[in-house]
Amino acid sequence: MSSKQQRRLGPSRTGTTHFWHQRLTAIALIPLTLFFVGLLPNLAGATHREFVTLMHFPVTPILLVLLVGVGLWHMKLGLQTIIEDYVHGEGCKLALQITMTFGTVLLGVAGVIALVMLAAMPPA
Amino acid sequence: MAEFRLPKNSRIKPGKSHKPPEGARRKTTFKVYRYDPDSGENPQMDTYEVDRDRCGPMVLDALIKIKNETDPTLAFRRSCREGICGSCAMNIDGTNTLACTKPIDDVKGEVKIYPLPHMEVVRDLIPDLTHAYEQLASVKPWMRTETPVSPTQERLQSPEDRAKLDGLYECILCFCCTTSCPSYWWNPERYLGPATLLQAYRWIADSRDEATNERLDELEDPFKLYRCHTIMNCTKTCPKHLNPAKAIAETKKLMVERQG
Repeated sequence: MSSKQQRRLGPSRTGTTHFWHQRLTAIALIPLTLFFVGLLPNLAGATHREFVTLMHFPVTPILLVLLVGVGLWHMKLGLQTIIEDYVHGEGCKLALQITMTFGTVLLGVAGVIALVMLAAMPPA
Repeated sequence: MAEFRLPKNSRIKPGKSHKPPEGARRKTTFKVYRYDPDSGENPQMDTYEVDRDRCGPMVLDALIKIKNETDPTLAFRRSCREGICGSCAMNIDGTNTLACTKPIDDVKGEVKIYPLPHMEVVRDLIPDLTHAYEQLASVKPWMRTETPVSPTQERLQSPEDRAKLDGLYECILCFCCTTSCPSYWWNPERYLGPATLLQAYRWIADSRDEATNERLDELEDPFKLYRCHTIMNCTKTCPKHLNPAKAIAETKKLMVERQG
């Protein structure tokens, strides 16, 4: 084992922003998740039309979009850490980080567009 | 990928059983990790019986007795036998600790002794700490100042500022904490580990040191500092009852503080 490479490259002068964002998103997820859990009983057995009606309360789509965005950002930061912890081949690590980031963005865009489309549907 | 099994040549095989002492009334069994790099053999667990009526109370007393009376080939580091030099750090009964301050009576059943985990083994219970020492040196664990002071003057510190070093200065650098940390097991080349980070914070917290800015700059890295995921093994295992996890958290707090 050698720390020569690390000495040569030195500290990257980053890391605090990642750490801070992970904490911020974690705090934000507490009320957002509580809201989502509170919403679930209203969705059980609801028809599509009833759900669209629920989405016309501005608070519902706003908080759901935030939940998707904040949740996925939190997930991205966590997965990045897991990959850095356990995957040591530089090529494999890079490929996984790219796939994971693209996947997160894709999920986020799909989720947000779905919510916006539901909110934009004409009321019953 | 991270290693989840020991490499083939590190897997432990059953070893020799040494004869119990004659006439012993109170015996304790010790199973000790043995490895001789010159033999080409895998490590093995040797079994020794120790007559407790003729042995001191600590695990180190038993190891010294075994080496003196049963098996002079057993290798381990020891010096002060009172928990201040940090030499006899090893894994006893599943926990990293100092053999000299670990009472044999604290262990139920047979006493299993291994070297500090996830370090290369030089021989038997002696881990290779070269890299850990290099990492310690990298944080420059000494006072760095710019303000000139005449050689006849001391750098003074108020009792309040001195109190901030309590819980930090007592570290004896045994590396029990660093070698108990899963984050250090997975990324030892890049993560500094709790012992070194506690030392780094010991100087950050020192009111007389004038290099806090440089010290924080040197730690600002996803691996050097932020591999700490607050697992807390370090604090749980510390034989001096220090709290490296808190020192690391305080460092992270300062990092956030100077950003906002």
